[in-house]
Amino acid sequence: MMIDADARYLKSHEWIKEQKDDVFSVGLSVYALEQLGDIVYMELPEVGKEFKKEEPFGVVESVKSAADMYMPISGKIIAVNVDAPDNPDMLSKDAYGDGWLIKIEAADLAELDALMDAAAYGKFLETEG
Amino acid sequence: MELVFEKSVKGRRGLRIAKSDVPTCVNLDQSLLRGKDAELPELSELDVVRHFTELSRRNFGVDTNFYPLGSCTMKYNPKVCERIATYPGFAHLHPLLPQLRSGGMLTQGALEVLYEMDVILCEICGMDAFTMQPMAGAHGELTGIMMMAAYHQDRGNTKTKILVPDSAHGTNPASAAIAGYTVRSVPSDENGLMSFEALKEMLDDEVAGIMLTCPNTLGLFNPHVREICDLIHSVDGLAYYDGANLNAITGKVRPGDLGFDIVHVNLHKTFATPHGGGGPGSGPVGVVERLARYLPISTVVKREDGTFALDYHKPKSIGYIAPFYGNFGIVLRAYVYILMLGHEGLERVAENAVLNANYIKEKLKPYYDIEHGQLCKHECVFSATRQAQNGVHAIDIAKGLLDRGFHPPTMYFPTIVKEALMIEPTECESKETIDLFIDAMIELARTAEKAPETIKASPTTTAVGRLDETKASRQLNIASL
Repeated sequence: MMIDADARYLKSHEWIKEQKDDVFSVGLSVYALEQLGDIVYMELPEVGKEFKKEEPFGVVESVKSAADMYMPISGKIIAVNVDAPDNPDMLSKDAYGDGWLIKIEAADLAELDALMDAAAYGKFLETEG
Repeated sequence: MELVFEKSVKGRRGLRIAKSDVPTCVNLDQSLLRGKDAELPELSELDVVRHFTELSRRNFGVDTNFYPLGSCTMKYNPKVCERIATYPGFAHLHPLLPQLRSGGMLTQGALEVLYEMDVILCEICGMDAFTMQPMAGAHGELTGIMMMAAYHQDRGNTKTKILVPDSAHGTNPASAAIAGYTVRSVPSDENGLMSFEALKEMLDDEVAGIMLTCPNTLGLFNPHVREICDLIHSVDGLAYYDGANLNAITGKVRPGDLGFDIVHVNLHKTFATPHGGGGPGSGPVGVVERLARYLPISTVVKREDGTFALDYHKPKSIGYIAPFYGNFGIVLRAYVYILMLGHEGLERVAENAVLNANYIKEKLKPYYDIEHGQLCKHECVFSATRQAQNGVHAIDIAKGLLDRGFHPPTMYFPTIVKEALMIEPTECESKETIDLFIDAMIELARTAEKAPETIKASPTTTAVGRLDETKASRQLNIASL
């Protein structure tokens, strides 16, 4: 699955999806993972930290490059997928499921409206590719 | 190839040391003595010479092959610069000498070199004062940004942000972050240049300054550069010129005349001192008059009687950023290089570097995609997206070049270009060499269509084959060495 229909997206290829009651999971899209190539290192935030939207919450490093990962919306980190940095293969296998990176408590749900939905992200990828 | 330890043969000797005929005068405690002999390789002198000669033949460098590593300016290092740096009057100097009583008189030549380099780099960059201390480009960046911070602190400014274009070298945001600033990335426009509109939107009173590489990492010169500097100055910000790509404009354009306040120069790029494994580097930083008081201590001054001395009286200085005077031997090599070329020579350097890059760009255009195909400066960035459709990625092209005797271009950078191959030929190469490189690139493009699997198998002619970079990064194990 290249794009998850239920998720919303940032231009920098992070996805966000509601889990339940204002709790959202965030990860990297399949396109982002493909572009990065083999991931060798990942730095994820500590639980309890708060970020504003579009602030970098972590770093991903592949054999090709290193990049910041950005918060799709403002919120507090309530869970971190601690297995992800050591199992990069898991990310590419199930990018929108087991491949989640952080779970956040949203600070302002209205911020979601500014993000691309699956259709818009699909169009965006066409112009990118 | 066997390690020197593996070649060891029990009892073999390279030289015989005469038996000591004087009594041992220190009786070391038994616990400090070895239980058994050290495991050193046992070889004849000839074994050792052959071993290290063989190793040296595996070296890959500008002295052996073409090295078009984009944004790194891998020039030939003229041997005369090396020779002068080995003159005993320079090579045997002790760095403490000028600080000792009357030691200054014994080091006038070296101090004059530092003083004159200051004057020369000011002339080349349009700055008012330079420090030679930073030992690399990124060290220069940090020095520059620390002076920027000192300037704002002095003026009571509370600035928090540094702007950096998204095509910048990774060291720019890193230097700004280490100096305590928040980094804001300015996107590029459709022409591959920093978006002037985006810059205007992002500009506010919190902006301490901007770091700009010009020409940028796509090899493109930003025609708005003067307006950009004016805009930054309008909020009392400072404009930092990253000199990584100065080779494209030496003798033609001076960053100071464009409005920049701080400049770093990579002597190991633009001024042909050894680079990479052959280092060390040197990243002098120049500033305009109003920032000169913040320069690191010490600086070299010329006294009225024509002698040179170190000046430590700089109460506003950001302090020491390196021991002594930087990599003096490297500054000296660059000094020789600049005097050898003169103004006209440096202009020709820029002209030929740009000509070579454009020649490669035009010749390879039919074979590789190029997003920003306009006239470039010292380097051009192709994309291997066309080849990637056949499974041949930028890294495969790079490995294929190894088999054809060339150092690969910079890959996957700048990150705004997909499957990027960033080629910087420098002015040093002949048309014949460049043509051979072009032929190899064309042949690789054709092979990528017809027989992609052969490129995927490269390199096959090198000492080691394709390395597993992912495994090396994920399972880092250097202890076994």
